[in-house]
Amino acid sequence: MRHHVVVFTLAATAVFASMLASAQMKPWNNAGLEGASAGPSGPAPRRDLSGTWDAGTGGIQPTGHVAAPFTALGQQMASANKPGNGSRIVSVTDDNDPLSTMGDPTGFPRIIMYELRPFQIVQTPNQVLILYMFEKRWRVIWTDGRPLPSNPDPRWYGYSVGRWADDSTLVVQSVGTDDRTWLDNAGNPHSNSLRVEERYHRVNQGTMELTVTLDDPLVYTKSWMALDKLAIRLMPNGTDLMEMIPSASEAAAYRRVIASQAKTK
Amino acid sequence: MRMTFRGVSIAAMGVLLMSVPLAAHHGAAALDTGKEVTLKGTVTEWIWSNPHCFLQFDAKDNTGTMRNWAVETQNPTAMTQRGWSRTSFKAGDAVTVTLEPVKNGQPIGRILSVILANGEKLIAANATTPP
Repeated sequence: MRHHVVVFTLAATAVFASMLASAQMKPWNNAGLEGASAGPSGPAPRRDLSGTWDAGTGGIQPTGHVAAPFTALGQQMASANKPGNGSRIVSVTDDNDPLSTMGDPTGFPRIIMYELRPFQIVQTPNQVLILYMFEKRWRVIWTDGRPLPSNPDPRWYGYSVGRWADDSTLVVQSVGTDDRTWLDNAGNPHSNSLRVEERYHRVNQGTMELTVTLDDPLVYTKSWMALDKLAIRLMPNGTDLMEMIPSASEAAAYRRVIASQAKTK
Repeated sequence: MRMTFRGVSIAAMGVLLMSVPLAAHHGAAALDTGKEVTLKGTVTEWIWSNPHCFLQFDAKDNTGTMRNWAVETQNPTAMTQRGWSRTSFKAGDAVTVTLEPVKNGQPIGRILSVILANGEKLIAANATTPP
């Protein structure tokens, strides 16, 4: 029995030590958290999401999302998308993912549904700004009470407004997205009529949860929840993040050297 | 409850495996999954780029024919967390590369690990970082 206790203690110590080690950020160019939360676990501050956050592997969703059933138009749009992951996966040679093969912008909501790498939130009196490590892009969420545009020109990152549902939950509504973007790595499509609700609930000082609901009746037969309380951890103050920019020239080099020669048939 | 060494080991493995990414940006449909090839060669280029880094090196195949291989890893962010860097390789470096090849016989594949001339081993798979 003593042997088992020793083994367990050693294993637990090793795991804890690795968590502590991973929480140490370098002064520059950090990729993300690797172990346990680095932030304190005290109560959530009132109406404050500011800080740098990391959802870890949960922000990547490697096989894509299981979406609601398609409408006829949705099925047609999905058939044109040849993804590198998910249930409709194709060979890397046939992949037509606009992000990874052409260097198109990730767009919204894919930036939160597949490429939710570390990000920083900055709050001003009338905005919440989200600065994403991936693509080094940002979104502006207006919190000054303005309504969403009624007939917006599509934008890669749409139009967003936010309000505090309570002292720890910011609810963001978005419209006006661009249907050239995919929802995720699995090639799930969306129309320009997509509406997105994001709920950022700060559970405590070091953790928040993100829930995302999509409503796109042109493409899906019902609204569906893409993320359900995804846990996101606060990174230490002063964390400097790496760049993670998928450039068009690098995508072209990858296709020339790797993808074009990997055809399976 | 009696906890055995085997039980502890299985539990620890389970914790580790839960965080292993299942696929990358491009999936693995072209790869001969599960097949491993180990080649000794010389680096011709190391491309540190998104969405994937890739290493090019000259090595002889099992027929003695010299081929220029191009083998990919995950993106720089993920590889940084695995201890790789922009300067991990330079042209002329001697390397021993274990890789998963593509099905069609082309000198293309995905790196599993690389042993450098000084004996250091760089692991590309089984990390706890996103793809």
